[in-house]
Amino acid sequence: MPEPTLAPERPRSPWHLFVAFTVLAMQGFGGVIAVAQRELCERHRWLTPSEFLELLGTAQVLPGPNVCNLSLMVGDRFFGWRGAMAALAGMITLPLIVMLALAWLVAQAPAHSATHDAVRGALWGITAVAGGQIIGTVLKLASPLRQHPLGTWQAMGLAAAAFLMMTWLRWPLLWVLLGLGSMACAWTFRVLGGTRADAA
Amino acid sequence: MSAQALTTWAPDTWLTLFGHFLALSLMSIGGAITLVPDMHRRLVDGGLLSDSDFTGAIALAQAAPGPNVLFVALMGWYGGGLGGAMVSMAGIMIPSTTLALLVSRWVATRKHTRGVQAFQSGMTPVTVGLLLATGWLLAPSVAQPRALALSAVVAVLVWRTRISLIWLVGAGALLGALGWV
Repeated sequence: MPEPTLAPERPRSPWHLFVAFTVLAMQGFGGVIAVAQRELCERHRWLTPSEFLELLGTAQVLPGPNVCNLSLMVGDRFFGWRGAMAALAGMITLPLIVMLALAWLVAQAPAHSATHDAVRGALWGITAVAGGQIIGTVLKLASPLRQHPLGTWQAMGLAAAAFLMMTWLRWPLLWVLLGLGSMACAWTFRVLGGTRADAA
Repeated sequence: MSAQALTTWAPDTWLTLFGHFLALSLMSIGGAITLVPDMHRRLVDGGLLSDSDFTGAIALAQAAPGPNVLFVALMGWYGGGLGGAMVSMAGIMIPSTTLALLVSRWVATRKHTRGVQAFQSGMTPVTVGLLLATGWLLAPSVAQPRALALSAVVAVLVWRTRISLIWLVGAGALLGALGWV
């Protein structure tokens, strides 16, 4: 069940989705979100940044890995359940094979200390890059907040509140989603106005 | 670590692993990584995995390409070989995938109602904040100034340029391996 989207392009087939998501996943070291935004919004242009954020917002309130939920939703949007399965399979299959091969190699090789240190160092470097990638992606994705129905500053304030609850107060994610998330939705619901008749 | 695990024939273990991950799947709000404490209780305290295999699986999956949920397959592999990896992955994915598909379709059909619009726009700022928190928690602290500088440079490059992300990862791995960050 294809759905209208504002983005200029769309995938040609489920196979196209499978390949695109394989390429995307194989670039995602230390997390896939930054690469997903880059590939889906900028390279393929299948989603606008707002659409990306909307899908990600739904993906993260549902159980399951966010990026896998996101791939399901993107696939479903263009080719129904076949697209959903193709995108998810692309996200998982090759990375899974590579990772099992890697684990097998690690188990075979005896632990040499110099190599071991180099690998640890490389992992540390990748983690630092992954953090920077996500922050850079957030800076890019912040622009849809300017057109937010609550107003730019209110939306920025909510984002800052979510950030502080996670990093400073160290609340569990579920509290932030239930507490701040439901409050933000209720507030937006009021601002969007209209009658209560068409409320979901 | 268990190198022979690849050929282990262990249907009983597979069934146990499948059951555990099936049960955990619908609790994995915010990703499978939020379930780590509960997984540790079930798998390590339950005698299916050693503690070093458990933490090793998480570290390896974080660094390898692809979604972080793959650490679940690695735990299954350490516990019960290739079959263990497959059933663990199936267990963690099937319930959450089914639910995600059903809910997103329900949301898509009601896209123009005020409730769904409020949900989608209302969650947007929260999503941005949570994503920023993820980046913040991954980034090094001020105690490691060179690694922190690397994160900052990467953030600016991703924000302002269209440089391929894979080059940044390669640079990070190289700098780390040489001990410069």
